[in-house]
This record gives sequence, C-alpha cells and structure tokens, in this order.
Amino acid sequence: MIINHPLLGPRDSSEFVYLGDARLLNRPDWQADNALEQFIDYGHTRENPAGLHRELWYHEQGDRSWLVVTRNTVTHEITQVELARDVARTGGRSK
Amino acid sequence: MRYSGFRVIKEALTGHRGWGPAWRDPDPKPEYDYIIIGGGGHGLATAYYLAKEYKQSRIAVLEKGWIGSGNVGRNTTIVRSNYLLDGNEPFYEFSLKLWEGLEQDLNYNAMMSQRGIINLMHSDAQRDAYIRRGNAMILNGADAQLLDQKQVLEKYPFLNVKSARFPVMGGLLQARAGTARHDAVAWGYARAADQRGVDIIQNCEVTGFRIEGSRIRGVETSRGYIGAKKVGACVAGSSSKVMAYAGMHLPIESHVLQAFVTEGLKPVLPGVITYGAGHFYCSQSDKGGLVFGGNIDGYNSYAQRGNLPMVEDVMEEAIAMFPMLGRARLLRSWGGIMDMSMDGTPIIDKTHIDGLYFNGGWCYGGFKATPASGFVYAHLLATDTPHDTATAFRLDRFHTGHMIDEKGMGNQPNLH
Repeated sequence: MIINHPLLGPRDSSEFVYLGDARLLNRPDWQADNALEQFIDYGHTRENPAGLHRELWYHEQGDRSWLVVTRNTVTHEITQVELARDVARTGGRSK
Repeated sequence: MRYSGFRVIKEALTGHRGWGPAWRDPDPKPEYDYIIIGGGGHGLATAYYLAKEYKQSRIAVLEKGWIGSGNVGRNTTIVRSNYLLDGNEPFYEFSLKLWEGLEQDLNYNAMMSQRGIINLMHSDAQRDAYIRRGNAMILNGADAQLLDQKQVLEKYPFLNVKSARFPVMGGLLQARAGTARHDAVAWGYARAADQRGVDIIQNCEVTGFRIEGSRIRGVETSRGYIGAKKVGACVAGSSSKVMAYAGMHLPIESHVLQAFVTEGLKPVLPGVITYGAGHFYCSQSDKGGLVFGGNIDGYNSYAQRGNLPMVEDVMEEAIAMFPMLGRARLLRSWGGIMDMSMDGTPIIDKTHIDGLYFNGGWCYGGFKATPASGFVYAHLLATDTPHDTATAFRLDRFHTGHMIDEKGMGNQPNLH
C-alpha cells in the first residue's frame, strides 16, 4: 500500500506503524461522571467496519508525523490522507 | 454410511458407485431450536456436540458460502496446547484431548498427526520463559519437554543453530501436538452432524436478527426468515459485522493473516517448528509442501489477501531458520480474516439479548481450538452456563479487568 503523505508525497506503508481507529484521537473527558465507562469503551471497543475506515498511521521511518488515513478495509484502497494534527484541530483541540 | 477399510475394499471392487454425498443439502425449515451462524469448523463442531453430547435436536447451521470456505480452509493446520495462562491452558488441553479421539468419534479421516511442535529458543530469558510455560502446561495435564541444542539438532540437523544474532539454544517440545487436515475437519464435522439430524444450509447469508424486547426470535437470511429459540454466532473474521445486526460493538478488530505453501518436497520436516526470534511457524504437509506463516499484516482488513511487506518478512524468517529453503519455490500464498481481540484471547459468552450467544475473537489460533470451541459453545447454548474450561472467555472481561493476555501486549490487537 502506498500512503500519499500530505507533506512528503507517496510513501510505502512499511515505513509506518499502524495504531488503529482514528477515534482514538478523541480521548474521553477524565472528569466526566461516567469517565470509567467511557475509557473502557475508548480502550477496548472498536467499530471495525468492512468498508471505509479512518485510521491512525505513524510515520516512524520518516518524519514521525501522525496521519489520519481513510482506507477501504475491503479493497485496501486509500482515498484520503490528512495530518492527524489538522484533524484534531478541526475537531476543536488546541494542539 | 459408515466409513471403514472394508467399505473401501467393497467400493473398489464395485467401481466406487456406492459412495453417496457426505451430507444432505436441505432447504431451511421455518423454525429451529438452535441456529448456528457460520459453517466453519467451530460452527459445525458446535452443532455436532449439541446433537451428540447435549442430546439437542432441531439444529441448523447457516453458512454464507459453502462450508469450510472461510478460515477453517485457510489456516496452517497446527494443533497444540502449549499455552501459559490459567484461563487458556485447560481449554486448549481439553481441545487437544478431543483432537486425539476425533477421527474415531467422527468416523472420518482428519489426518490427525501428532508429530510434535518445537518452539525454538534463542536467549537465556527465552529459556526461562519456556521453562515457566512448560511447567504451566504440565500443571494443566499437558505434556512439555525442554530440549537443548543437541536434542533439537537430532530432529532438525539442517537448522541454522549458530546464527550470530539468534543462535538456537534449544526448544520447548510438545510431543502430542501436530497437524490435522483442515478441510477434512470441516467435512468430518459436517458429515457427523448431518448424520445426527443437523440441517447444514449453505449459501444462506444472515442479514439481520429479529429481536423482540430483549429476546431473540430468529434470523433474517438471504433465503428468508428463519425462527429460532437460540442463536449462536460463530463467524470469527466477520464477528463485528454480524453482531452489529444486534447493535453490539465488540472488542475486536479484523485483520488479515497470510499463509504460504511451497512446491512439494521430499520429507524434510518431521514435525512443526516455530522460530523464537520472530513469528514464524512451519510444517510439511503430507503432500510434501512446506506450509508456513508469520504475523498478521497489522492493519484492519476484510480483504482475504495481504500485502508484500509481510511476505518479505516471513520469507526472511524462513531463510534465517532454514537456509536450505532458499531453493524451494513458493507455490501459493493466501489470506484469511482474523478476529483480533483486545487481549489476544477468544470470547465465548452470552450477550445482552436473551437467546443470542457469541463465539469469536479467535485471533489466529482458532483451528487448534475447533473441537473444544464447539464443545464448550454447545455446552453454553444447551445449559446457559459456561463449560468448566471456558469460564474465563467472558465478553465483559474488559470491563472487569480480567483480561487473558498471553503475550502481554495490552489492548493493541495487531500486536497479539
């Protein structure tokens, strides 16, 4: 698989480390009343779709940036690659 | 029809005209007591043990494609019970004991061959870990034997034991482990279940559950609605997809695992052997091909094929272990979809819906578990209580903190 890095251009997926569902960017609020439930869910439950999947890849053998890759889990086709930083900021995070 | 040597001779003399189909091809009935979703090894075994051990009837197995078209036909056929943890080892040892009597029980040649498995060790720390695991196995009634380098060389004289980076110091042998013919396991269970009245319904994909209140009423399928008192899902690889019909999110990711086979060679590999400095396991099929595999590719996938970086990785490990393999030609490679659970251990449990049960999360260790998985799942379905050897495989263990993490990797499915 070739991941089209937003800064570096097309890179082989073997340069990357795979973490999983991009939902992991959104860590639950540890002060919420049901924080325990939320963290159990955050840590262990996955959507695991057959089809489009937004997922975190880390460019360990490259510029060490985190990417959010949109990939089809049935065909392995990659349709979108964003910097995880941009995705988090768009989602309202300060950094 | 009972298979026997006498029968083979009789058929040979009469032109093999007496062999009938090994199982029927029935249309689905409007209602069953038990529906097992998934006609793989585990599903068929569940139906068989429900009928045989738990004396249940009106059982159907629904299969999307043809039976054995999923992971039971795609694995590397290794059968073993060399686990460490208390939650696992009694279960896998129960499974190995069932394997030992399987062919007589099913009246089917599953080509079960107890040729032994050796896990190679390459460091002092690994030897300590293997001694500990071997002792845990013996405590649970399994067999284990620590081999030094000389003993390993006696069995496998061609091993590269003097590699500067990963010298082979010895190995952990489980002599009762071995291989079985994967397809024959599916076919044997199918035939034996069918003979006990189980309806095996192929080309019948489950597309939804009918749930009233908190009780299951039946399943929607590509061949119409089928009612059921109890429904057991047994679809490892597609568990998230099927259980989503019941509104469940699982502690599972689906990943692709590749396997490989070389051209047929003369007998070179007497048993199963695994590399301790990486993740590589190899055996030789009765046809002569070396069957081997390594790690999962490492990213979520429902494609039954993998990518080249993992192919390269597996080949490197193969050559590191057996330099002589360099001249063997690779014949085929293929992929299967694994339910990778969050702690690397399966789940066999009830769900929040009465009458709906779940069996999955087998990671890439489902084949060896086939008989016990079927047995304990049948126990759960028939009695609503977990079998003694499967009390730890609970769905809620991630909430209660009772994970069974054999490799100690934490909640990162692609590392198990």
